[in-house]
Amino acid sequence: MTLLWIILLPLLGLVLPLLASKHSRAAASISAFLPPAISLGLLLSLTSSAFGGEPLIVRWPWMPEFGMNLALRLDGLGFLFAFLILAIGLLVVTYAHWYLHHDDPPGRFFSSLLLFMGAMLGVVLSENLMLLVVFWELTSISSFLLIGYWHDRPEAREGARMALAITGSGGLALIGGALLLGHMVGSYQLTEILASGDLIRNHDLYLPALALVLLGAFTKSAQFPFHFWLPNAMTAPTPVSAYLHSATMVKAGIFLMARLHPALAGTATWVFVVSTVGLVTMVVGAYVAIKEHDLKGLLAYSTISHLGLITAMLGFGVKLAVLGAIFHIFNHAAFKASLFMTAGIVDHEAGTRDVRELGGLYQSMPIVFTLGLLGSAAMAGVPFFNGFLSKEMFFHEAVYMAEHAPFKELTAAWLLPVVATIGGILSVAYSIRFVVDTFLGEEPDSFPGHPHDPSLGFWGPVALLVAVSVVGGIVPNLVAGSMVEYASTAASTGVSNLEALPKKYHGIKLWHGFNIPLMMSGIAFVVGFGVFTVRGSIISFHESLPDVRGKKIFESLLSGFRALSRTVTENLENGSLQRYLAFMIATILVAGGLPLWQNGFEVAGARSMLAPDAVSVIGWALLVVGAVAAASLHRARIQALISVGLVGLMISLAFVQFSGPDLAMTQLSVEVVNVMLLLLALFGLPETSPRETTTLQRIRDIGLAIGAGGGAGLVSYGIMTREYGTIGDYLLTHSYPEGYGTNVVNVILVDFRGFDTMGEISVLVIAALGLCSMLTGDKPDVPFPRTPARERYPMILSHVARPLMALVLAAAIYIFLRGHNEPGGGFIAGLITTVALIIQYVAHGRDWADNRMRMNFRLIALVGVLIAVASGMAAWWFDLAFLTQGVTRVPMPLIDYVKLPSTIAFDLGVFLAVVGSVMTMLLRLGAFNHEQAMGPRDPMTPNKEEDDPWKP
Amino acid sequence: MEALVASAIGVMVASGVYLLLRARTYPVVLGLTLLSYAANLFVFSMGRLTLDGPPVGKAIKKVAKTGEVAPFADPLPQALVLTAIVISFGMTAFIVALAVKSMATLETDHVDGEEPSS
Repeated sequence: MTLLWIILLPLLGLVLPLLASKHSRAAASISAFLPPAISLGLLLSLTSSAFGGEPLIVRWPWMPEFGMNLALRLDGLGFLFAFLILAIGLLVVTYAHWYLHHDDPPGRFFSSLLLFMGAMLGVVLSENLMLLVVFWELTSISSFLLIGYWHDRPEAREGARMALAITGSGGLALIGGALLLGHMVGSYQLTEILASGDLIRNHDLYLPALALVLLGAFTKSAQFPFHFWLPNAMTAPTPVSAYLHSATMVKAGIFLMARLHPALAGTATWVFVVSTVGLVTMVVGAYVAIKEHDLKGLLAYSTISHLGLITAMLGFGVKLAVLGAIFHIFNHAAFKASLFMTAGIVDHEAGTRDVRELGGLYQSMPIVFTLGLLGSAAMAGVPFFNGFLSKEMFFHEAVYMAEHAPFKELTAAWLLPVVATIGGILSVAYSIRFVVDTFLGEEPDSFPGHPHDPSLGFWGPVALLVAVSVVGGIVPNLVAGSMVEYASTAASTGVSNLEALPKKYHGIKLWHGFNIPLMMSGIAFVVGFGVFTVRGSIISFHESLPDVRGKKIFESLLSGFRALSRTVTENLENGSLQRYLAFMIATILVAGGLPLWQNGFEVAGARSMLAPDAVSVIGWALLVVGAVAAASLHRARIQALISVGLVGLMISLAFVQFSGPDLAMTQLSVEVVNVMLLLLALFGLPETSPRETTTLQRIRDIGLAIGAGGGAGLVSYGIMTREYGTIGDYLLTHSYPEGYGTNVVNVILVDFRGFDTMGEISVLVIAALGLCSMLTGDKPDVPFPRTPARERYPMILSHVARPLMALVLAAAIYIFLRGHNEPGGGFIAGLITTVALIIQYVAHGRDWADNRMRMNFRLIALVGVLIAVASGMAAWWFDLAFLTQGVTRVPMPLIDYVKLPSTIAFDLGVFLAVVGSVMTMLLRLGAFNHEQAMGPRDPMTPNKEEDDPWKP
Repeated sequence: MEALVASAIGVMVASGVYLLLRARTYPVVLGLTLLSYAANLFVFSMGRLTLDGPPVGKAIKKVAKTGEVAPFADPLPQALVLTAIVISFGMTAFIVALAVKSMATLETDHVDGEEPSS
């Protein structure tokens, strides 16, 4: 539980600086200081269990069926990293308090920092590999926030984006690697993975898993050729650089290699790949660092170089090399953090960190000069500084590896110590440059700022780190000895071919006597100083070379990808609806047709078929003629509409033929209002369509149409000729006893599937309301292409319409009432009523009908839905479920009683909803047409009745 | 008979798809109407074709007693199609409103909201 709190405190605490920053800057800094301080205390309280031999593991089940647990682990390696993260984190918070400008929002800075800290702690303390990956991604995201802290600077945004792109894609690779490892071992628990090293190394998937994991580690740790994101991330505020690039972010990759060392290391592939990448990175980074003018840039490349050194040592894989790697992680974290902070102070006080504008600062900033000098000495590996010890170890291992397998077999094995020495030479050169060009030499005429030694709080953290570097160089075992030993033990147990520590090993030693590594150090210092003196010519030589920065390549790759995706998008999504639909239909055809094509299928089934009769064939022929005519005549719109109407009529006849009387009535009445609707639409639209598609396009469309039609036809034929099972039998047998009606279709609508019907009438009402809200608006600026007809309303229709209305309404009531037992019901009665009402509009005109029919159809529709809902809720009164229906006997004079099912109320709701919405739609569309042509109707003037044949 | 219905569905789908791919709103609306006819008939035919067996009337009372469902058409697809007919009218109305409104606002009835440039 304590372990969990170590991670949780910074994560939970990240709200504190946000809240406290409203109060004061100091409050924000203090609130950011507290969570890591407590976490560090908790961590130290666990020292004995971390160093107890067995790792401390705590576990909470999360998704156990996927092997995902919230499991944490504390061993020597995790302890060392967690200690560095928290301790240097505290120093960075302190330093940042003085560093941040009063314009910089402290809340956002500190909360991102705490988020990052929590994520890093999660990485180093995870026991579950997937959990580790999750925290790993979180470090990428939170470092993006930190690097892009000054988001108003374009280079900061660019640097942040680049860091995220590189480390994020590495994270993707790592996920793949973790999945492979989990697959091989059968568990994501690190304990089991680390114990299965031999299984993993002999597995077929070892190489891909290794490649993916290393890709993740190399991108995160800025190894060549992925190193270029790190210098570009220097746009971050200096505390962030000091934190991310000394102790945390870039060390996560190193941590991963050390963590999985027992599982993955020990093969020749590991040794060659990891140590070669490390050595190349070391030399390239150190070389570029010499020619950097920006102090932070110099430190960034130096960081890359040192990360390369650590990677190379991990690659060597022998026990002492791992020990050296871990020791150097600790040392590098200390001196590099101090140097970044020094650079930050110089920048803060002198106003620039370009060495060409600096010099002679030792006079005005003696304290900072001293600290910078000591830190650089550690970086260069001067004796009695911690950097010296781990560098000697590196030289020693380089010499050792050149004489042992697997390097021994190579003729170029002698290169190993040579390359190591070159790295040492270059690192001496840039370390000298860091000190000399900044603090010594001639003082320029003026600085952009006013250099002076800052307050104790600002340089205090630097001093502490420098002290660690110096004391650690003199009495290393006291400062870091046991921590480093336990960490390296955790990283190397389980690798069978690793040598045990030499018998004579008594901790890290300062003096090994005069030996080859010492000689290499000596060469490094002499030649390094020489390189420093000729730095000018190196820089000008370098600048004469073609510029092959990784940043440029990255950017051209990026713009290439952008151009590619733009081309793809523009070609696919060119704004043409026709093209989208064609793509969609083609996709459906392929997706639906391919399985049939591959598996083959029998079109006709075994079910016995009905014999066609003459009437059906005639109906079929009319339908086909109508459908084909609609498609081929579509440019003459009225004709096309008539053809569609013909198809609709034939459909309703088909329903009659195939025992669906309710459907036939519905289809017929809908057909009437549908044609009315489409005619109304034609008022506002052109009468004809222009011919504008090319022949090729039409051929494509005909092809798609035939494909779709053929497919639909074949599928329905296939289905209709096969037997099936249905719940229809249940509905048929239970309709009367339980639904109290003999019209099964109606019983299904109002009872068995009443809830469904309720949803459907709601959709209808919503469609009507949506139509209303869309068809509003004032008279357009340009005149409408059409004016209303001036002819008299058709006389015969006008004379017939009114008496007809009474008859139709009576029929509607009859159909409504009998609907539960005979064909009919709310839907059909509603549609018939609508037709009766709408005919009045056709016969007499809007004004005449509106004057006589002062009804708010929208309200009627809503009332209909409400009645349906209320009738459903009535069941609650009888302690029954929503929409349960019953039947009651209502006494009636003369005929004794009438059996009245409660569904009649529900059906009434359906009826009203249908009448209300369909009327609303048609009337609103008609009114819109009228407004477009004549301007909105003035509500104050009474409607004029034109040509009323009934007027006396 | 099954072949007649299946081919009718096929023809309606083909015409509907062809109209759907036209450049002006009105044919697209007609195409959608044809497609919804086809879809309704398709769903209806899922209950297979039955002659002279409407699931309606006094005969249903007997089914409850005997359990003999033989002559009757499957009522379930019918109920589904009945509401589908009404809903597809609602949807057609909505699309018609879109077409009319876009004509009034954009002064073109091209489906892309602007006259083709060439």
